[in-house]
Amino acid sequence: MGEVGLEAYLFVGAVLFVCGVVCMATKRNGIGVLMGVELVLNGANVNFVAFSRYTPLGLDGQATALFVVVLAAAEAAVALAIALNYYNNHLTIDVDRGNELQG
Amino acid sequence: MNGPLAVLTLENFLSNLLKFAGNSETVALIAFLLAAVIHASLLLGLFGGLPVFYIWLERKVAGRIQDRLGPTRVGGKFGWLQTIADGIKLIQKEDLIPRDADSVVFRMAPYLAGIASFAAFMVLPVADGWIGVAAECGAFLILALMSLEVLGIILAGYSSGSKWALFGAMREAAQMVSYEIPMAICALIPLLIAGSLNLQVVSQMQTGGVWNWFIFHDPFAFLAFFCYFTTATASVKRAPFDLAEAESELVAGFHTEYSGFRWSIFFLAEYASMFAVSGIAVLLFLGGWETGIVIPEAVFGGLRSWMPNTPVAGFNLGGYVANLLAAHVFVIKASLLVTLQIWVRWTLPRLRIDQVMTTCLKYLVPISCFLFLGAVFWPLIVTSAKGRPVLFGPPVKSVASVATPSAPSSTIAQNRSEVVR
Amino acid sequence: MTEQLLFWVFAILTCGGAVAVVATQNVVRMAFWLVVSLGSVAALFFLLHADFLGAAQLLIYVGGTVVLLVFGVMLTASGHTIKVQASPAEVMLGSGVGLVLLFVLLFGINSVDWADVSARIPAAGDSPAVVDETQDRHLREQLASATTPEEKAAAEEAIQAVHARRQAGRTVRQLGLSFYGLRPDRDLNQPAGQSLAAGYLLPFEIISIHLLVVLIGAAYLARAKRRATSGPGVDL
Repeated sequence: MGEVGLEAYLFVGAVLFVCGVVCMATKRNGIGVLMGVELVLNGANVNFVAFSRYTPLGLDGQATALFVVVLAAAEAAVALAIALNYYNNHLTIDVDRGNELQG
Repeated sequence: MNGPLAVLTLENFLSNLLKFAGNSETVALIAFLLAAVIHASLLLGLFGGLPVFYIWLERKVAGRIQDRLGPTRVGGKFGWLQTIADGIKLIQKEDLIPRDADSVVFRMAPYLAGIASFAAFMVLPVADGWIGVAAECGAFLILALMSLEVLGIILAGYSSGSKWALFGAMREAAQMVSYEIPMAICALIPLLIAGSLNLQVVSQMQTGGVWNWFIFHDPFAFLAFFCYFTTATASVKRAPFDLAEAESELVAGFHTEYSGFRWSIFFLAEYASMFAVSGIAVLLFLGGWETGIVIPEAVFGGLRSWMPNTPVAGFNLGGYVANLLAAHVFVIKASLLVTLQIWVRWTLPRLRIDQVMTTCLKYLVPISCFLFLGAVFWPLIVTSAKGRPVLFGPPVKSVASVATPSAPSSTIAQNRSEVVR
Repeated sequence: MTEQLLFWVFAILTCGGAVAVVATQNVVRMAFWLVVSLGSVAALFFLLHADFLGAAQLLIYVGGTVVLLVFGVMLTASGHTIKVQASPAEVMLGSGVGLVLLFVLLFGINSVDWADVSARIPAAGDSPAVVDETQDRHLREQLASATTPEEKAAAEEAIQAVHARRQAGRTVRQLGLSFYGLRPDRDLNQPAGQSLAAGYLLPFEIISIHLLVVLIGAAYLARAKRRATSGPGVDL
């Protein structure tokens, strides 16, 4: 039986995390930034679940990952509401335009 | 073979077959391939053929309701082959992609919708132990898979680069996301009664007569069935909730720009999901693959325990025949519900989009929440009044241990490699 | 073998989808690649014996969150905003830093002896998956070393029993109980007098209230308002 092993899943998690961070850093579209956040959270989730399978941590990893999924959904809802408000006020979704409080 | 779920697993079957064949590896391999191919093609034929049949049925029923004949020419008196002829015509058509469309997403979107709605059949049991993937959280998984279809439709509408398609997609997104909530809550009620997310277990608990069906379990479950069926009709965007493709307002909604084969995939997906939601309704509320009449169920039970000597040791021929009949019962029940959906479509006028959203958010969501609360408190009330948790019929049977019949693919493959070795 | 193959397919889809999300500038295509990536993550969860979590990922992420995001794209994209590009220098800098971060992470993962780490974790009642895996490995060794047919048959039977147990995918019930505050996976087979393992009742309640608050808050934030007209600081 082919064993995939913990490291392989951690690699996938790392790639997801880095992609998310780069996405957050380079996108100027507010919704693109949100997608980056989702990728980061998923990278973390892959790690949680992988640890829950391959180490004696057991169910804790899955439970935490479930909380992360729920919180991510809540975060997306609020962030999207903010993005819509932002669009209503600025008529654009470019996050670099939100500099009115810079004085 | 005492428990209803204790049917033969594939690996057991294989190893026993191997013993019979006197360790002849090639015979085992050929038999395995043959059995796998036959059953896979039967299943594919069923799930691929049903939408084709329903499209014909829709035209025929629509014709009758509108006092005309419907298709009569192709394939004999009843126009049996009308859908096939239409399919051939659609495949021959040019695959148009508008200049303003986002071509990659435009091309991929129909497949996304098709994959999502056909993937639901993966966890839909057609008979006792006849299921593609016997996941413990099958009911949850099937709802999750069905909810993915909306994504293909939204992307299709958005990437078309047409305002009609965009409007259709926006309506579809709003409608599907809203209707998922009451649908899930209503589906929770029978799951709550069964205490399991496994669709097979839920269905097994309803054996032994019509009064054991969960629709008759309590008044809340009875109402929940109708609530579920309404939301399910809406979630597969059938009339009177087909705002996404309202031809009187939006040309053809999200598939305005599609033609030929890609267009037909949307339709196959729609009819496939009609069958899937009806199948879920049958499994959750209407007794699954059992007839609900005492005598046939006794016959099925007798068949399951009847084990003639077959060449392959451990192969339950009676159970196999019973399952074959049960699969027919299941498909017929689900088809009746699909017919009901078709009937509703050609009877009721289309709602306005604001009425659709009002129906969901102001009526169906509170109603389903109320029904859910009622279903939770019902056993407590009945127990305090009558001393037993159900009103009539025997208390819900507990299916103690569930030996999942089909192994995950890794186990099968691994077992097979062992067999070959 | 199959598991490995499936892992590689979905790992490549996950990583490729994530990279495509970063590389694409069109928001709708980004959403499409995000669907590919997150759906493959769900498949990875199934491979990791987390059935419920995989289904939840499909339902909440792919069916919910991404639909919401696409909805947001539709409401906000109007021609000139669909392609808001960062300057090439920013992209170069971001991807350079990202590559360095990736390198650090991969190097870090590679340099840790995970078997040793998990051996050092106090195994307060192994998780069923781990128990099954070790038992499975043990039985396989037995099977390999078995000489008589009776021994072999017994070992095979035991392996099948382990598989049947594992296939039940018991995480649903266990997760439900842990949200109830009970941890049978930890507390069973423990010596008497030990304190019980912590469940997740309080976090579960908190997250329920949190979701309710978010529901109301998001509805309040996104309520229909007077649309801003072109004013100072806004150029179209």
